[in-house]
Amino acid sequence: MAALFFYLFSAVLIASAFMVVASRNPVHSVLYLILAFVNAAGLFVLLGAEFLAMILVVVYVGAVAVLFLFVTMMLDVDFAELRQGFQQYLPFGALIALVFAAELIVVVGAWAIDPSVLKVVQGGSTAIPSDVSNTQAIGRLLYTKYIYFFQAAGLVLLVAMIGAIVLTLRERSGVKRQNVAQQVARTKATAMEVKKAPFRAGV
Amino acid sequence: MAGGLLDEYLPLAVFIGISLVIGLALLIAPFLVAYQNPDPEKLSAYECGFNAFDDARMKFDVRFYLVAILFIIFDLEVAFLFPWAVAFRDIGWLGFSSMMIFLGVLTVGFIYEWRKGALEWD
Repeated sequence: MAALFFYLFSAVLIASAFMVVASRNPVHSVLYLILAFVNAAGLFVLLGAEFLAMILVVVYVGAVAVLFLFVTMMLDVDFAELRQGFQQYLPFGALIALVFAAELIVVVGAWAIDPSVLKVVQGGSTAIPSDVSNTQAIGRLLYTKYIYFFQAAGLVLLVAMIGAIVLTLRERSGVKRQNVAQQVARTKATAMEVKKAPFRAGV
Repeated sequence: MAGGLLDEYLPLAVFIGISLVIGLALLIAPFLVAYQNPDPEKLSAYECGFNAFDDARMKFDVRFYLVAILFIIFDLEVAFLFPWAVAFRDIGWLGFSSMMIFLGVLTVGFIYEWRKGALEWD
Protein backbone atom coordinates (compact mmCIF):
# COMPACT_ATOMS: atom_id res chain seq x y z
CA MET A 1 0.00 0.00 0.00
CA ALA A 2 2.81 2.39 0.91
CA ALA A 3 4.64 1.35 -2.24
CA LEU A 4 1.54 2.16 -4.27
CA PHE A 5 1.42 5.68 -2.83
CA PHE A 6 5.18 6.06 -3.32
CA TYR A 7 4.93 5.23 -7.01
CA LEU A 8 1.84 7.41 -7.41
CA PHE A 9 3.50 10.45 -5.82
CA SER A 10 6.80 9.85 -7.62
CA ALA A 11 5.16 9.44 -11.02
CA VAL A 12 3.07 12.60 -10.64
CA LEU A 13 6.09 14.45 -9.26
CA ILE A 14 8.32 13.54 -12.18
CA ALA A 15 5.59 14.20 -14.73
CA SER A 16 4.76 17.61 -13.29
CA ALA A 17 8.44 18.50 -12.96
CA PHE A 18 8.83 17.66 -16.63
CA MET A 19 5.82 19.81 -17.47
CA VAL A 20 7.36 22.73 -15.54
CA VAL A 21 10.16 22.73 -18.09
CA ALA A 22 8.09 21.76 -21.11
CA SER A 23 4.95 23.87 -20.88
CA ARG A 24 4.92 26.97 -23.05
CA ASN A 25 2.97 29.23 -20.76
CA PRO A 26 5.06 30.26 -17.71
CA VAL A 27 1.93 30.52 -15.57
CA HIS A 28 1.17 26.88 -16.37
CA SER A 29 4.77 26.09 -15.38
CA VAL A 30 4.20 27.62 -11.96
CA LEU A 31 0.97 25.66 -11.53
CA TYR A 32 2.80 22.43 -12.39
CA LEU A 33 5.48 23.45 -9.91
CA ILE A 34 2.80 23.67 -7.22
CA LEU A 35 1.65 20.17 -8.14
CA ALA A 36 5.26 18.99 -7.86
CA PHE A 37 5.56 20.59 -4.40
CA VAL A 38 2.39 18.88 -3.18
CA ASN A 39 3.60 15.50 -4.40
CA ALA A 40 7.00 16.05 -2.79
CA ALA A 41 5.11 16.75 0.43
CA GLY A 42 3.36 13.40 -0.02
CA LEU A 43 6.74 11.71 -0.38
CA PHE A 44 7.94 13.41 2.80
CA VAL A 45 4.90 12.04 4.63
CA LEU A 46 5.75 8.56 3.40
CA LEU A 47 9.28 9.02 4.74
CA GLY A 48 7.88 9.92 8.14
CA ALA A 49 9.00 13.56 7.91
CA GLU A 50 5.59 14.99 8.58
CA PHE A 51 6.76 18.39 9.74
CA LEU A 52 8.75 18.94 6.56
CA ALA A 53 5.73 17.87 4.53
CA MET A 54 3.43 20.38 6.19
CA ILE A 55 6.04 23.15 5.97
CA LEU A 56 6.49 22.35 2.29
CA VAL A 57 2.77 22.81 1.76
CA VAL A 58 2.47 25.94 3.90
CA VAL A 59 5.63 27.77 2.86
CA TYR A 60 6.29 26.58 -0.67
CA VAL A 61 2.77 26.09 -1.96
CA GLY A 62 1.29 28.93 0.06
CA ALA A 63 3.97 31.55 -0.27
CA VAL A 64 6.88 30.77 -2.59
CA ALA A 65 4.65 29.64 -5.45
CA VAL A 66 2.68 32.88 -5.15
CA LEU A 67 5.95 34.77 -5.38
CA PHE A 68 6.89 32.78 -8.50
CA LEU A 69 3.52 33.66 -10.01
CA PHE A 70 4.20 37.31 -9.24
CA VAL A 71 7.57 37.13 -10.95
CA THR A 72 6.21 35.40 -14.05
CA MET A 73 3.44 37.99 -14.28
CA MET A 74 5.90 40.85 -13.81
CA LEU A 75 8.38 39.61 -16.36
CA ASP A 76 6.03 40.38 -19.24
CA VAL A 77 7.74 37.85 -21.51
CA ASP A 78 7.24 38.28 -25.21
CA PHE A 79 7.65 34.78 -26.60
CA ALA A 80 7.83 35.74 -30.25
CA GLU A 81 10.77 37.97 -29.42
CA LEU A 82 12.37 35.32 -27.23
CA ARG A 83 12.34 32.72 -29.99
CA GLN A 84 13.90 35.01 -32.56
CA GLY A 85 17.53 34.27 -31.72
CA PHE A 86 16.93 30.58 -31.10
CA GLN A 87 18.71 29.24 -34.20
CA GLN A 88 21.56 31.66 -33.77
CA TYR A 89 22.28 30.79 -30.14
CA LEU A 90 21.57 27.05 -30.48
CA PRO A 91 25.21 25.87 -30.94
CA PHE A 92 26.43 27.99 -28.06
CA GLY A 93 23.63 26.80 -25.77
CA ALA A 94 24.22 23.19 -26.78
CA LEU A 95 27.92 23.56 -25.94
CA ILE A 96 27.12 24.90 -22.47
CA ALA A 97 24.56 22.15 -21.91
CA LEU A 98 27.13 19.54 -22.94
CA VAL A 99 29.76 20.92 -20.54
CA PHE A 100 27.19 21.01 -17.75
CA ALA A 101 26.04 17.45 -18.45
CA ALA A 102 29.66 16.24 -18.48
CA GLU A 103 30.29 17.91 -15.12
CA LEU A 104 27.15 16.34 -13.67
CA ILE A 105 28.22 12.90 -14.90
CA VAL A 106 31.67 13.37 -13.34
CA VAL A 107 30.17 14.46 -10.02
CA VAL A 108 27.55 11.72 -9.85
CA GLY A 109 29.99 9.08 -11.09
CA ALA A 110 32.48 9.92 -8.36
CA TRP A 111 29.76 9.97 -5.71
CA ALA A 112 30.36 7.52 -2.90
CA ILE A 113 27.75 7.01 -0.22
CA ASP A 114 29.03 6.49 3.29
CA PRO A 115 28.39 2.80 4.08
CA SER A 116 27.14 3.63 7.57
CA VAL A 117 24.45 5.87 6.10
CA LEU A 118 23.51 3.16 3.64
CA LYS A 119 23.17 0.69 6.49
CA VAL A 120 20.79 3.04 8.30
CA VAL A 121 18.66 3.46 5.20
CA GLN A 122 18.50 -0.24 4.44
CA GLY A 123 18.51 -1.97 7.77
CA GLY A 124 17.20 0.74 10.03
CA SER A 125 19.74 0.15 12.83
CA THR A 126 19.05 3.67 14.09
CA ALA A 127 15.34 3.60 13.44
CA ILE A 128 13.08 6.55 13.96
CA PRO A 129 12.10 6.62 17.64
CA SER A 130 8.41 5.94 17.90
CA ASP A 131 7.75 7.75 21.16
CA VAL A 132 8.73 11.18 19.81
CA SER A 133 6.83 12.92 17.06
CA ASN A 134 8.71 14.28 14.10
CA THR A 135 8.14 17.91 15.02
CA GLN A 136 9.28 17.34 18.58
CA ALA A 137 12.45 15.63 17.43
CA ILE A 138 13.30 18.62 15.24
CA GLY A 139 12.51 21.03 18.06
CA ARG A 140 14.80 19.22 20.50
CA LEU A 141 17.77 19.50 18.17
CA LEU A 142 17.31 22.69 16.22
CA TYR A 143 17.31 25.25 19.01
CA THR A 144 20.02 23.80 21.20
CA LYS A 145 22.44 21.56 19.31
CA TYR A 146 22.24 23.48 16.02
CA ILE A 147 21.85 26.89 17.62
CA TYR A 148 24.42 28.57 15.37
CA PHE A 149 22.68 27.38 12.21
CA PHE A 150 19.39 28.54 13.66
CA GLN A 151 20.74 32.02 14.40
CA ALA A 152 22.36 32.11 10.96
CA ALA A 153 18.91 31.36 9.50
CA GLY A 154 17.56 34.34 11.43
CA LEU A 155 20.31 36.57 10.04
CA VAL A 156 19.64 35.33 6.51
CA LEU A 157 15.98 36.23 6.93
CA LEU A 158 16.99 39.67 8.21
CA VAL A 159 19.24 40.20 5.19
CA ALA A 160 16.42 39.09 2.88
CA MET A 161 14.02 41.52 4.52
CA ILE A 162 16.37 44.48 4.32
CA GLY A 163 17.45 43.55 0.80
CA ALA A 164 13.87 43.38 -0.44
CA ILE A 165 13.13 46.79 1.05
CA VAL A 166 16.30 48.39 -0.29
CA LEU A 167 15.77 46.99 -3.78
CA THR A 168 12.08 47.61 -4.26
CA LEU A 169 10.99 50.45 -2.00
CA ARG A 170 10.80 53.75 -3.79
CA GLU A 171 9.84 56.97 -2.11
CA ARG A 172 6.86 58.45 -3.88
CA SER A 173 6.72 62.21 -3.95
CA GLY A 174 3.56 64.21 -3.83
CA VAL A 175 1.56 61.67 -1.86
CA LYS A 176 -0.72 63.01 0.84
CA ARG A 177 -0.57 60.56 3.72
CA GLN A 178 -3.08 60.41 6.49
CA ASN A 179 -1.35 60.91 9.83
CA VAL A 180 -3.85 59.62 12.36
CA ALA A 181 -1.83 60.65 15.41
CA GLN A 182 -1.58 64.21 14.14
CA GLN A 183 -5.29 64.30 13.43
CA VAL A 184 -6.19 63.01 16.86
CA ALA A 185 -3.76 65.40 18.57
CA ARG A 186 -5.48 68.45 17.08
CA THR A 187 -7.23 70.48 19.75
CA LYS A 188 -9.61 73.37 19.58
CA ALA A 189 -6.74 75.71 20.31
CA THR A 190 -4.60 74.59 17.36
CA ALA A 191 -7.40 74.04 14.87
CA MET A 192 -9.64 77.04 15.39
CA GLU A 193 -9.05 80.72 15.28
CA VAL A 194 -11.50 83.45 16.21
CA LYS A 195 -11.45 86.36 13.81
CA LYS A 196 -12.84 89.67 14.72
CA ALA A 197 -14.92 90.69 11.75
CA PRO A 198 -15.75 94.40 11.46
CA PHE A 199 -19.39 95.24 11.14
CA ARG A 200 -20.69 95.34 7.54
CA ALA A 201 -17.21 94.87 6.04
CA GLY A 202 -16.73 91.11 5.68
CA VAL A 203 -13.67 89.20 6.66
CA MET B 1 5.79 1.98 10.55
CA ALA B 2 4.39 2.61 7.09
CA GLY B 3 1.22 0.67 7.83
CA GLY B 4 0.44 2.85 10.85
CA LEU B 5 1.24 5.94 8.85
CA LEU B 6 -1.18 4.93 6.13
CA ASP B 7 -3.87 4.28 8.71
CA GLU B 8 -3.37 7.78 10.06
CA TYR B 9 -3.50 9.38 6.66
CA LEU B 10 -6.23 7.20 5.19
CA PRO B 11 -8.99 9.79 5.80
CA LEU B 12 -6.85 12.37 4.00
CA ALA B 13 -6.28 10.04 1.06
CA VAL B 14 -10.00 9.26 0.90
CA PHE B 15 -10.76 12.99 1.04
CA ILE B 16 -8.34 13.77 -1.79
CA GLY B 17 -9.77 10.88 -3.81
CA ILE B 18 -13.37 12.07 -3.36
CA SER B 19 -12.50 15.66 -4.19
CA LEU B 20 -10.66 14.46 -7.29
CA VAL B 21 -13.68 12.44 -8.38
CA ILE B 22 -16.09 15.34 -7.80
CA GLY B 23 -13.82 17.80 -9.56
CA LEU B 24 -13.28 15.54 -12.55
CA ALA B 25 -17.00 14.72 -12.73
CA LEU B 26 -17.87 18.41 -12.86
CA LEU B 27 -15.23 18.96 -15.52
CA ILE B 28 -16.19 16.03 -17.72
CA ALA B 29 -19.98 16.05 -17.34
CA PRO B 30 -20.47 19.23 -19.47
CA PHE B 31 -18.68 17.55 -22.38
CA LEU B 32 -21.15 14.69 -22.25
CA VAL B 33 -24.49 16.26 -21.39
CA ALA B 34 -24.30 19.95 -22.29
CA TYR B 35 -25.84 21.36 -25.48
CA GLN B 36 -22.96 22.29 -27.80
CA ASN B 37 -23.03 24.83 -30.57
CA PRO B 38 -19.44 26.05 -31.02
CA ASP B 39 -18.80 29.45 -32.54
CA PRO B 40 -15.51 31.35 -32.72
CA GLU B 41 -17.20 34.50 -31.45
CA LYS B 42 -18.04 32.72 -28.22
CA LEU B 43 -14.35 32.29 -27.46
CA SER B 44 -13.27 35.81 -28.41
CA ALA B 45 -12.54 38.40 -25.77
CA TYR B 46 -15.44 40.70 -25.02
CA GLU B 47 -14.65 44.22 -23.93
CA CYS B 48 -17.91 46.18 -24.02
CA GLY B 49 -18.15 46.04 -27.78
CA PHE B 50 -14.55 47.00 -28.51
CA ASN B 51 -11.92 44.64 -29.75
CA ALA B 52 -9.56 43.67 -26.93
CA PHE B 53 -7.09 46.50 -26.30
CA ASP B 54 -4.11 44.44 -25.19
CA ASP B 55 -3.01 41.34 -23.38
CA ALA B 56 -4.69 40.42 -20.14
CA ARG B 57 -1.29 39.77 -18.59
CA MET B 58 0.10 43.16 -17.77
CA LYS B 59 2.95 44.38 -15.65
CA PHE B 60 1.96 45.44 -12.21
CA ASP B 61 3.57 47.39 -9.46
CA VAL B 62 6.64 45.99 -7.71
CA ARG B 63 5.07 46.91 -4.38
CA PHE B 64 2.91 43.76 -4.52
CA TYR B 65 6.15 41.79 -4.72
CA LEU B 66 7.55 43.59 -1.67
CA VAL B 67 4.45 42.72 0.33
CA ALA B 68 4.69 39.07 -0.80
CA ILE B 69 8.37 38.75 0.11
CA LEU B 70 7.81 40.30 3.53
CA PHE B 71 4.95 37.86 4.02
CA ILE B 72 7.23 34.91 3.18
CA ILE B 73 9.84 36.04 5.68
CA PHE B 74 7.35 36.21 8.53
CA ASP B 75 5.79 32.96 7.33
CA LEU B 76 9.17 31.28 7.77
CA GLU B 77 9.60 32.87 11.16
CA VAL B 78 6.29 31.32 12.25
CA ALA B 79 7.37 27.99 10.74
CA PHE B 80 10.38 28.04 13.06
CA LEU B 81 8.09 28.66 16.02
CA PHE B 82 6.13 25.39 15.59
CA PRO B 83 8.79 22.82 16.59
CA TRP B 84 10.01 25.23 19.26
CA ALA B 85 6.57 25.29 20.84
CA VAL B 86 6.18 21.50 20.57
CA ALA B 87 9.56 20.78 22.17
CA PHE B 88 9.36 23.71 24.59
CA ARG B 89 9.57 21.62 27.77
CA ASP B 90 12.64 19.69 26.60
CA ILE B 91 14.97 22.41 25.39
CA GLY B 92 15.35 24.46 28.55
CA TRP B 93 16.67 27.98 28.88
CA LEU B 94 19.12 27.61 26.00
CA GLY B 95 16.34 26.82 23.55
CA PHE B 96 14.15 29.57 24.95
CA SER B 97 16.85 32.24 24.74
CA SER B 98 18.01 31.14 21.28
CA MET B 99 14.46 31.61 20.01
CA MET B 100 14.25 34.99 21.74
CA ILE B 101 17.46 36.10 20.01
CA PHE B 102 16.06 34.85 16.69
CA LEU B 103 12.85 36.78 17.23
CA GLY B 104 14.87 39.83 18.31
CA VAL B 105 16.92 39.78 15.11
CA LEU B 106 13.75 39.61 13.04
CA THR B 107 12.16 42.34 15.13
CA VAL B 108 15.09 44.56 14.17
CA GLY B 109 14.15 43.93 10.56
CA PHE B 110 10.50 44.56 11.34
CA ILE B 111 11.27 47.91 12.97
CA TYR B 112 13.46 48.79 9.98
CA GLU B 113 10.68 48.07 7.50
CA TRP B 114 8.11 49.90 9.61
CA ARG B 115 10.27 53.02 9.99
CA LYS B 116 11.19 52.86 6.33
CA GLY B 117 7.53 52.92 5.39
CA ALA B 118 7.52 49.59 3.56
CA LEU B 119 4.22 48.70 5.18
CA GLU B 120 2.58 51.87 3.93
CA TRP B 121 0.82 51.55 0.61
CA ASP B 122 1.25 55.11 -0.60
